[in-house]
Amino acid sequence: MNQLIRTVLAGHARLPVDVTTLDDTADLYEAGMTSHASVNVMLGLEDAFDTEFPDAMLKRSVFASVSAIAEALKSLGVEAP
Amino acid sequence: MPIQVGIDLVSADTVEAALKTAHGERYLERVYTDRELEDCTTAHGVDPERLAARFAAKEATLKVLPAGDTGLSLRSIEVLRDPTGRVSIGLTGRAAELATSEGFVEFALSLSHEAGMAAAVVVARAPDEPAPT
Repeated sequence: MNQLIRTVLAGHARLPVDVTTLDDTADLYEAGMTSHASVNVMLGLEDAFDTEFPDAMLKRSVFASVSAIAEALKSLGVEAP
Repeated sequence: MPIQVGIDLVSADTVEAALKTAHGERYLERVYTDRELEDCTTAHGVDPERLAARFAAKEATLKVLPAGDTGLSLRSIEVLRDPTGRVSIGLTGRAAELATSEGFVEFALSLSHEAGMAAAVVVARAPDEPAPT
């Protein structure tokens, strides 16, 4: 799951650093992800995992790190591919 | 505090890039209201600079509310444009609830976009505290 999350981040987070250099708990916003990029990450995750984030989960903390994203996806019932 | 100010800056290139992704249509549907999309559509199609200005307005509003770590749809913050071109903020759902809980009674908005960048400033006003008796 985390690998696919990283693939989505590489494609949509517009980070100034290589996502492979960030550990699972690294703060993505501090690494350079903007709010606009986080929206595209959210949409990319929905496509990659065939799920949908409800409005209540459209908040900063859900997309703050690879680990946070993984926990959010698991809470939506998404299983590791 | 009776006055709060929020500001945000967005690159039109990032909006244009979002429109070109596989989720471009969903990006428009999840972020912008039908009225916003109508206001951003010209004879040449959807204008990324206008969209970027509206995204900046939503982010500036989130800073004012403040949304903190509250989950809400960006569509609950809407940029409204009257026939004279004056813009304002309209709030619904969770965004409206946050504004009410903070006591904000009035929001003012200004947008600007040029050369690929868009900016928005939002000012929110709460009534002055009543004078102690």
